[in-house]
Amino acid sequence: MRVTPAHQSLAFSRRMLLVGSAQVGLGALLVGRLGYLGISQNDHYRLLSEDNRVQLIPVPPRRGWIIDRNGKPIAINRSSFRVDIIPQQLSDGPRVIRELAQILELSPDELQRVADELKSSRGFQPVSVAENVPYEKYAAIMVRLTELPGVAAARGFNRYYPDGPAVAHLVGYVGTASAKEYEKEKNPLLIIPGFKIGKEGLERSLETSLRGVPGGQRVELTARGKLVRELDPKPDRSGKTVQLTIDQGLQLYAARRMGDQSGALVAMDVATGDMLAYVSMPAYDPNSFSDGIGRTEWRMLSQDDHIPLLNKVTLGLYPSGSTIKPAMALAFLEQGIDPKRRVYCAGGYQIGNRYFRCDAVHGSMDMHSAVERSCNTYFWATGLIADPAKTTEMVHYLGYGEKFDLPVPSQRFGTMPNPDWLMQKYHRKWQGYDSANTSIGQGYVLINPMQLAVMPARLASGKLLKPRLLMAGPRQPAPDVAAKPEHLEIVRSAMAAVVNGSGTAVASKLPLDGIQMAGKTGTAQVFRLESRGHQGNWALRDHALFIAFAPADKPRYAIGCIIEHGGFGASAAAPIVRDTMTYLFDEQKAMDALLPLEQQWGGSLAERNARRSAAFEAAAKFVQSQAQAKAPQPPTT
Amino acid sequence: MISSAIIPQPLARLPWRLIFLVLCIAGIGLLTLYSAAGGSAQPWALKQALIILVFLGVAVGMSWIKESTIKALVFPIYGAIILMLLLTDAMGFVGKGAQRWLDIGFIRLQPSEFMKPAIVLVLARFYELLPAGSIRQWRAIWPAALMIGVPWALILVQPDLGTATMVLLSGITVMFLAGVPMWLFLGGAGLIAAALPIAFTMMHDYQRKRVLIFMDPESDPLGAGYHITQSKIAIGSGGIWGKGYLQGSQSHLDYLPEGHTDFVFATMVEEWGFIGGLVLILAFAFVVRWGMRVAANSRTRFGQLTAAGLTVTIFFYVTINLMMVMGLAPVVGVPLPLVSFGGSAVMTVMLCLGVLMSLERQQRTKSTLA
Repeated sequence: MRVTPAHQSLAFSRRMLLVGSAQVGLGALLVGRLGYLGISQNDHYRLLSEDNRVQLIPVPPRRGWIIDRNGKPIAINRSSFRVDIIPQQLSDGPRVIRELAQILELSPDELQRVADELKSSRGFQPVSVAENVPYEKYAAIMVRLTELPGVAAARGFNRYYPDGPAVAHLVGYVGTASAKEYEKEKNPLLIIPGFKIGKEGLERSLETSLRGVPGGQRVELTARGKLVRELDPKPDRSGKTVQLTIDQGLQLYAARRMGDQSGALVAMDVATGDMLAYVSMPAYDPNSFSDGIGRTEWRMLSQDDHIPLLNKVTLGLYPSGSTIKPAMALAFLEQGIDPKRRVYCAGGYQIGNRYFRCDAVHGSMDMHSAVERSCNTYFWATGLIADPAKTTEMVHYLGYGEKFDLPVPSQRFGTMPNPDWLMQKYHRKWQGYDSANTSIGQGYVLINPMQLAVMPARLASGKLLKPRLLMAGPRQPAPDVAAKPEHLEIVRSAMAAVVNGSGTAVASKLPLDGIQMAGKTGTAQVFRLESRGHQGNWALRDHALFIAFAPADKPRYAIGCIIEHGGFGASAAAPIVRDTMTYLFDEQKAMDALLPLEQQWGGSLAERNARRSAAFEAAAKFVQSQAQAKAPQPPTT
Repeated sequence: MISSAIIPQPLARLPWRLIFLVLCIAGIGLLTLYSAAGGSAQPWALKQALIILVFLGVAVGMSWIKESTIKALVFPIYGAIILMLLLTDAMGFVGKGAQRWLDIGFIRLQPSEFMKPAIVLVLARFYELLPAGSIRQWRAIWPAALMIGVPWALILVQPDLGTATMVLLSGITVMFLAGVPMWLFLGGAGLIAAALPIAFTMMHDYQRKRVLIFMDPESDPLGAGYHITQSKIAIGSGGIWGKGYLQGSQSHLDYLPEGHTDFVFATMVEEWGFIGGLVLILAFAFVVRWGMRVAANSRTRFGQLTAAGLTVTIFFYVTINLMMVMGLAPVVGVPLPLVSFGGSAVMTVMLCLGVLMSLERQQRTKSTLA
């Protein structure tokens, strides 16, 4: 076919139609796309656009207070002064920083840190220069603020623990979030200079309540981070106040009364299970931890053989020693063993081919006198005729080896062995000597000091109390202990005789009219049996334990106490419990007992702490100067 | 077109409807540039207004040029532009860098811009000269392919992918309209579709990454995908009615890069919303429709092909830019004519419109002259 101009014109028209249709199609595509982006996806993109436009310069919320059961402060905020640099407004940086360094007396290390942080900062985010600036220096900066462009001096808040070490292991401390913690939470609040989060103890476990909600200055920023204008600020919301069941006065008293000894004391309200004191000593000062602890202080704490960094209340595990005996006695009674049944103590007991030595030759013992005078022979002999499964179950039921639901970051709850457990763990059958060891709280028995208070509280009240730390926590009525009330009464009267009869703790009677304390001493072996008693080497001495409740006839409070390497329970732990118990009934009398002791120890807790750290610092400086004298001088940078 | 006793004949005979559309589009552009500068006529709006007025004057002036004059000039102009392209590339080669400009003392010329209308003119002229019976033969194809291929390659090495693509597309469209057999286009399209996956496997890693980022710009929101991501945010956040004039946060806070040049449409839509974007697209559609009508009404083959080709050039200009800013095409650096700041695109479009107006004038006046 020949193509003519007429054909060509027709072909052009047809192809014009195709091109025109394609144009219409593409035009429709464009309009459709425009509608999709602008109308259908509008919400999504508007959000992204707002994210671009508005940035929040967070204002950290004030941390919630921790108060005691009477509203007395345990952890509060103190206003402090801080100096920051806002990199974006900084001009003539080197001069400004030089002047700041002069006024604030910054060390070269700190200057280096400031320089590094300035380099990696985002422009509008302040860089911290110094925290806890004394008022005079803060004022010196304030008057020169016009000559220091980019410097911001502000009032901030610092965590403050009025009782310092006395509450250290209870509340823990706060600190700057680590890189790992930031990674986990991805919360920009965590990287604001000066913002602290709970690192230990209740500060850590109650973080969500205590932290509050940050407010912030909302600002409009350009893509390059330049401030365009400030928008309406978002108010911050302070953290919630948390009320503890702790009695601040008692807590402080117990901490002071423990002196320089290493140990733990827990006091409970027998009616409710409220924990009134939760003391682990010695302890670090949470105030200096919260400010960022110095290297010297850290070394001092970590090298101390009294392990002030360990929370002994929930993490310290000890053999219960004879404090197990009241529970054992109840277990025997529940199995139908006659309390009048007598065992003759000739100073020891033969089990199989081993002879177990008692502390003394007690003679003829019944249950009451065996508890009162802590006769091992009675419990060995009786333990052998009892059912070990039932016996150990009763002791566990009363609290030893039990895990409690408490807002503490970690808890070690020890072991209350029983035949099944032994089979599972060590693949062997329960033997007579296992019954014997368990009967006097040795062998596999491991408990924490919390259980040491729960046990007497349950025996005293006849209720299966659960320890509580938070006032706001659920207050459930505790069920009765599954034991006959008259059996409990037998145990209680035996415990009363320990302190008030002719028992092991008669030296620790309450100095109060009409109020008697019931208790039980315990001495937990640290080393071999042969070296028991008075040991010259502190670290080899036995742990001293004491459990108690008072008043003996109408119990209101229970206390458990352990003094590490304190020797006999009666001599080291019982007097501390006596004075602490006294404090609950008569504060003045308790203080009168404490002050002469403190004088003898060389000052109050705070004074002794200060003196010790000064000595340590001096020693550290001496060692350092010695090392420097030997080593060639490092080049100054 | 406007008949009135008061208005003098030469003025009344101008295609006022088109001029009105052009002024409309340019007005939207100037308003947007004023906003993009943070509410200031400096540094863009005022300068752009001047550029548009000058080139609109040139275009109107061109409308008096006769078709025969244009025909006579087509090959010399095309040859001259090829020469300039060669010179530009050579200078770029010597200067070891990208080179798109030719500095001739008082003015800097971008020869690749001239090539956009020129390729249409030269192909229209070629197919006019080609005997009608040869259109299905090999000699209808290879000279045209050569005429497109040489400038395309010269522009591509500058490198200027956007302009090269436009020259290619305009040229192919003219070939299509001239009646070159359909199988050539379908076969070509099929071949490209088949070659794409192979090309993808042969690409360098960084090239492949670019393609992937075009497919999913959010995968690299701070890097190569930044432009397109921010542009989509600007357009999408405008909603139906926009954020209000001078209220666009994306452009005013510099989140949208190139908000006054290639991405000016995003700046505009952020403030005027879907409605604003629709008005601008419709205005361009009317310009294109006007051009297509000129082509349909042309009585000469050169007139038909030229008018249609130049209209398609304008169409591609607008469409590629809009597809780019809305995330439908990769970022190739094609501005939105008459709206984006810069003289080159205005010049090209006004040259196209000038030729179109000349063709349109002759359609109306031929009958009276003949």
